[in-house]
This record gives sequence, C-alpha cells and structure tokens, in this order.
Amino acid sequence: MTQASDLAAHYDLVVIGGGPAGLAAAAEAGRAGLSTVLFDENPGVGGQIYRAITSTPVADRAILGEDYRAGSDLVAEARTGGALIANGATVWSLDPARLVGVSIAGQARLIQAGRVIVATGSLERPFPIPGWTLPGVMSAGGAQTLLKAQGLVPDGRTVMAGGGPLLWLLAAQILRAGGRIEAILDTMPRRNWLRALPHLPDFLLSPYAAKGVKLLREVRARVPVIRVAELEAVGDDRLREVSFNGRRLPADLLLLHQGVVPNVNLAMAAGVAHEWNARQLCFQPVLDEDFNSSVPGIAVAGDGAGIAGGTAAAERGRIAAVAAIRALRPSAPVPDLQIIRQRLQREEMGRSFLDWLNRPADSFRQPEGDTIVCRCEEVTAGQVRAVADLGCEGPNQMKAFMRCGMGPCQGRLCGLTVTELIADQRGTTPAEVGYYRLRPPVKPITVAEFASLPIAEGERLAVEN
Amino acid sequence: MFKRLADSGKSVALTVDGRPVDCRAGDTVAAALLAAGVDRCRTTPVSGAPRGPYCLMGVCFDCLVTIDGVGSRQACLVPVREGMAVETQSGRREAGR
Ligand code: FES
Repeated sequence: MTQASDLAAHYDLVVIGGGPAGLAAAAEAGRAGLSTVLFDENPGVGGQIYRAITSTPVADRAILGEDYRAGSDLVAEARTGGALIANGATVWSLDPARLVGVSIAGQARLIQAGRVIVATGSLERPFPIPGWTLPGVMSAGGAQTLLKAQGLVPDGRTVMAGGGPLLWLLAAQILRAGGRIEAILDTMPRRNWLRALPHLPDFLLSPYAAKGVKLLREVRARVPVIRVAELEAVGDDRLREVSFNGRRLPADLLLLHQGVVPNVNLAMAAGVAHEWNARQLCFQPVLDEDFNSSVPGIAVAGDGAGIAGGTAAAERGRIAAVAAIRALRPSAPVPDLQIIRQRLQREEMGRSFLDWLNRPADSFRQPEGDTIVCRCEEVTAGQVRAVADLGCEGPNQMKAFMRCGMGPCQGRLCGLTVTELIADQRGTTPAEVGYYRLRPPVKPITVAEFASLPIAEGERLAVEN
Repeated sequence: MFKRLADSGKSVALTVDGRPVDCRAGDTVAAALLAAGVDRCRTTPVSGAPRGPYCLMGVCFDCLVTIDGVGSRQACLVPVREGMAVETQSGRREAGR
C-alpha cells in the first residue's frame, strides 16, 4: 500500500476520488505521461458505485449485476496507465493555489499539484424524517456498501423507503442475495409524472430505460410497494417500527434513500463557484465544457459536477484529463474528444426524465417541528424555521446561532435542508439563500497528523491559516 | 440486522468493549460491528442519544468509536486488524481524542 513517505512533493496532476471519474482521469493522464497521483479515502478504489470492485466477497455476479462488474475494466485501465493510486488517503485541504493536504495512515503531507481534478462524486440527499437518527435506520447507500464490500445482507424485518434508481437497484440486489424486504414505502409524489412525461421520449432512447423497467418489475413481483405521504422511524433506543399513512410496521432495519447530490465540500472549500440546480435541487460547481471550474487549474468531474450517473462520470473524467494533458503536455497524444462527448451526451439523455420522476416531495426535504435536521448538533427543523423567522437570512448566520453545520460532518447531512428551510420560511429561493461557507480542513485532522507534516510544510500551512 | 452472504474470508478476532467478536478480513470496523449485531457506536454530546453507522461512506460521523485507545475514529473507514480493541464511546467526537 502507498504510504505518505512514498509521495513526491509535486505532481503534474492530483486526482481526488477513486470512483469512475477519478479512475478514468488517472488512466488518461498516466497514459499521456503526466506524473499523476490519485487519492482515495476508501480501502479500495471504485468509489461508491464500484465499491470494493477489486475485493468484493460477492462471488455470484448476478447479485450485483453486470453494470457493477464494468468497474473492473476502469480499475485495470487506471492501474496500467502509470498513475500512482493511494488508498486510505483522506484529502483534508485544497487551496486555490492547488496545494493538496492529504493524510495516509495518520501521516500528513502537503502536495503541490500542477492541475487538480476533484472527483469526489455524490452523496445521498439528506432524508430528514422523525427518528432518522435512531440506530437501525441507515441510508440505502450504506446498506449497499455493506453488501458490495463485505457481502452483508439485511437480516430480520427490513423496510425500505424513499425512491430513485439506487433504492430500486438495492432492493433487487438484496432479493437476489436471498434477503427479504417487508415493504418498500414509495415517497415520490405521483404527480411527478406530469413533469416527467415530456422527457419520456429522450429517456426511452437512453441506456437506462429498458434496465429500469426490468428492475422495477423484478422488485414489484416480490415486495409490496406502498405510496406514502408521511413517514416516521419509531423507537426509544433503536428502531422498532416504521409509521406511515396511519399504519405501523414492526422493523429491525429501515433503509432510506431519496436520490444523490454532488459532494461539494472540497471544491467549495477550494473557492470553486457553485450554483443552484433547480431541477436537481442541489448546488453544483459552475464549469465549462471541459469541466474546468472558476479556479484556474482545478476541474470537477463525475457526479460532483452535477448528477449524471457512473458511466457518464467516467466520460467526464476523461474530458477533464484531456484538458489537463493539453495544458501541461500539449505534444502528448490524447483520445478523440468528439467521440467521448458523444458518449457522454448519450449517457445524459435520460436524466431530465429521471430527475423529474424522482423529485423528492417538499415535505421530505423541508421538514417541520421536532424532526432533527442537523444530526451532529441535534438542531430541529422547528428551530431552524423559528430562527429564519427572526430574520436570519442565510446558512452561515444560522450556523452561528444554532451551531448546525458546525459538527464533524460539516454540513454534509444538513446543508441542503437548512438552505431549503430558510428559503421556504423567508419566501425566497435556495439560490438566493446560498450554502454554508466551507473552509479547510474539510475532514477532521488530528494534532498528531498535523505534527507529522514535514516541518517546512507545517510552517507554510500555519502561516497561510 | 445483517447476515453474511459468503462466509469465505479469513477470520479476524477483535474485542468490542472487551467482548470477543469474530469478523472477516475485508470488514471495516463498522461492518464487523453490524455483522455482530452491535448497532450503536456512540452517544451524542448534545442529548446523549445513541447512534450507529448511517452512511458507511465516511460522511455522517455517527460511527465514531475508539480503536486501540485512539478516540473518535470513523469505524466505516477503518479496516479490521487481528487483535484490535474497539470501544464504543459516549459524548466525545473530536478526532483523535
Ligand atoms: S457511518 Fe457515516 S461516517 Fe461512518
């Protein structure tokens, strides 16, 4: 495994994140002869979509599906390309001068990058319902990680709730793995169809249409699907029941999911300009067609650039890498961009339909009353709304008053909710309200790690802060 | 809450709050806890409510535990090692303490 002491002080390209975008970018850059390092926080590459692709104990290929297996090719491509791939490497800082702070096994380093491709992907949209902090309530993505990486299948009474492609895919995977699901509580409003319908023709031409229909059939044949307008996890010290539509269902595990949103923390902390995407209901970086951000030399590729899925992420990674290669080594051969852009366009075709169809209901994005919004500081929706009523105009002021967003997750599980709550309460838009101002370190770094920086680097950081 | 699909991996022995727990090479600490039926990692500093792993991808920090004496490590990011001593924790959540 790559250690901190193996790292050079400078690389032409630093890629952050080992999902499809990061792997494809590292493959292209390495092949073109750029000195390239890929930092990935997880024990193995693959990102969330191809999580544990090189080590999964799930031997039966049918369980996770062929799309998952496609990740193997990307890993092989990145490995033969010549890039250094460092796993267990947490990037805690990135500044506009492209100085990258990274920790591997408790050892910290500062690396100067000629260019940076941020490929930090997506995370699941917050799903703030009453009781979502109880042990026994987990994100669907989390359960999928356990299945892919450790071959763990939900056991006991499992209820799934929410909507979106990942929820249905996970349901199918659990069933194929011999698991049982008591019910799927579909929280997507039926009227979403009205806005989705005009985009149906495009979706039908996309690679996702046939697969999606097949998946829904597979799951619906074996699991009762109930449309719900309200949802609550009930229990004292852990989940005991799921309450919905005036009914209660005993449950040991509740898996929540209502789509994914870009993981913006690192890019925002680096000063990259972001904008509100009203269709996808999230902030995303402002990028040009090569995925260059507002900060020179820093690109954002993959789902972090706006949600489009794993296959699109890889194409975006390639495009960003080609831009880096052209900037740093114009004589190096690069693949035909036209072809890559065409493939990307095809991948993105069905997106509008999926976005509108799986647009989470307002009530599940903008909760009320005692529902916890900020899991770290245990701030409720009612408190955020009340403070907004008192005149608090934005998330940063809210942070100062309520401490929401100040905990270790740094707003990753409350940021969008707080923005939307303030907008709702003040009758304005999320674009107007904005997001938390983020500063490095974007991941907690210990005093011991800080002390492990080679002396010159530690001084530089101390002076800059 | 969870069962193992393929019980093929090499066995790894840990202790959780002093109790022996058997898990598999390739587990993260969070996966090992969940597979052993341990569904809480810590209590919160604000209300003392119990929390267990939620995201399993290093984002939520609800999985913080003390590993070999080092507090507030993200259980979902740390691979298991033979002989590891894992302790659930209360309140604290500052990295490394
Ligand atoms: S379970 Fe969320 S950070 Fe570990």
